[in-house]
Amino acid sequence: MTRILTRLLGRLPIGWLQLTHSRGRLIAALAGVAFANVLVFVQLAILGSMSIATGRPYDFFESGLMISAADADSMTDGSNVARQWLFQALAHPQVTAGAPLFVGNVTLQHAGTTMSLTTFGVDPTQPAFLSPALRPGAELLTLPESGIIDRLTRGLDPQDAAAIGPSWPATLEVRGRTLTVYGSFEGGGGFGVDGFLVVSDQTFLKIVQNRQTGAPDHILLALAPGADADQVAQDLRGMISDRTLRIRSYAQARAEDIAYQQTRRPTGIIFGFGVIIGVLVGLVIVYQVLSTDVADHIHEYATFKAIGYRQRFLLGIVLEEALILAILGAGPGYLIARALIAGMRKATNLPLELGTSTAVAVVVGTAMACALSGALATRRLALADPADLF
Amino acid sequence: MGADEPAIAVAGLNHWFGRGEASKQALFDVNLVVARGSLTVLMGPSGSGKTTLLTLMGCLRDVQQGSVRLLGHELAAAPERQLVAMRRRLGFIFQAHNLHESLTARQNVLMGLHVKPRRLRAAGDGAAAHVLGLLGLADRMDYLPANLSGGQKQRVAIARALVGDPEVVFADEPTAALDRDSGLNVVELLKHLGRTRGMTTVMVTHDSRIIGLADRVVTLEDGRIDAAAVHG
Repeated sequence: MTRILTRLLGRLPIGWLQLTHSRGRLIAALAGVAFANVLVFVQLAILGSMSIATGRPYDFFESGLMISAADADSMTDGSNVARQWLFQALAHPQVTAGAPLFVGNVTLQHAGTTMSLTTFGVDPTQPAFLSPALRPGAELLTLPESGIIDRLTRGLDPQDAAAIGPSWPATLEVRGRTLTVYGSFEGGGGFGVDGFLVVSDQTFLKIVQNRQTGAPDHILLALAPGADADQVAQDLRGMISDRTLRIRSYAQARAEDIAYQQTRRPTGIIFGFGVIIGVLVGLVIVYQVLSTDVADHIHEYATFKAIGYRQRFLLGIVLEEALILAILGAGPGYLIARALIAGMRKATNLPLELGTSTAVAVVVGTAMACALSGALATRRLALADPADLF
Repeated sequence: MGADEPAIAVAGLNHWFGRGEASKQALFDVNLVVARGSLTVLMGPSGSGKTTLLTLMGCLRDVQQGSVRLLGHELAAAPERQLVAMRRRLGFIFQAHNLHESLTARQNVLMGLHVKPRRLRAAGDGAAAHVLGLLGLADRMDYLPANLSGGQKQRVAIARALVGDPEVVFADEPTAALDRDSGLNVVELLKHLGRTRGMTTVMVTHDSRIIGLADRVVTLEDGRIDAAAVHG
């Protein structure tokens, strides 16, 4: 390793030699950096899973534009919209079709288990608004009080859920009614719900209280091929009588929903702070290690200054140590975080993942944070006065 | 630097520590010329200003008043960059060896070489091994300082100072940790380098064995050179 670093740096790797000289201190420092890495990795995985869980319901549908109420910050929040805006929107030449979308959280029982499911009421006669995975089940939704359930729902036996089909339906109890599910699709739990359920708009109105046909939660609009979604949205804002409506492209609605969850919802803010705290912990640990190291070697640094080395050479040694700590600490941190995330995923059914790009970004970020700590620690080098050596 | 120009010429040098009323003058109108290739010993009681003079001549402190010409360059008001460049032409031997604990003897010596011009750096490991060999450490080159005796550490520090072919060596009690023979060998080596390469040595010491080998002995008393006690 010393030879490799000597070739890379073009000089003796003093930082490396200094770190490895005190094995105990090196191990403690690496444990600290790894710990900070674990914090950041886990918090990022949770934050990422929130984005995935938030964006997931958008995958169940296909739409060019979405009309929502002014206070609809997410797919499941906000007031209803009047269905009449759907008919006004259809007057735009680039809008080819429209469908109401009802959304509500419903508590159901199955085999003695209570589940909270985000339930979507859709028009089964317009399967084009459903994702390719859901489209084959649209016909089943025309049956009275029927539905298609998320087979990854928490509380469902995964094998039983996978077996659900027209010839092997399952029943759910909701508000004294029996709902029959004839199919399943792959969804996954979220932070507030156990899974998802798709029913027809008519069934939705039966199982969700105080909802009316003329007041869906959102309106989905299909656009002509090649239509500019932003331009059509702008046109509709001028055409539709209610000027307070949020008329956005479907992709924009999804992005704004994720941003809302991450930056304005307490959970998102807390996990975001978790990432910052992880970075700060890492900064403090590395700063502490490096500044102690500089203090311990202050006479050696002063000697280097006396024999003609410049300050930037000394800075290079400290930064070399910082980068070595960052790189060596990242490996164990990554492995421990992966194990923790796998355990959390199994326990919660949340889409917790630690992607390669995230891992690389964290390692690069750690290196930058360590370099910053190193730069702060080098302030102590000013105390290295070669005149004091005599 | 002209051939006749001395290695060091100090004129009217005054130096103070501290500021305002609390300041204390350490050197008073010091005048000294050190010939090229010579071995000059600075003597005097503790607090007489020997070390202060050594650090001023060695570019380790800023000259406050007076003149210090080192190898033909005036150090008074010289910018830090020039002082660093000058220090690269010098060698320092400290009483406390100040070796880097995580570097082997050879690596410590190489640190004295890597700061030198490219033509000297090229000698690399070979030069380090040669100097360590001259100082009787051929079998200790890959030892860490923790595994060396006090005398061996001091000899590594001497090797670090000499490896880069310095033009002037400043030494503070370089033989204090050495036994009689080793101490004499080191001084003989310094004198030999003075004769053969024109290396100048200025040394602070109380070692009477060395005083007899010096070309010149300068005694300081209360920050002043004792003219009556300058020999050589």
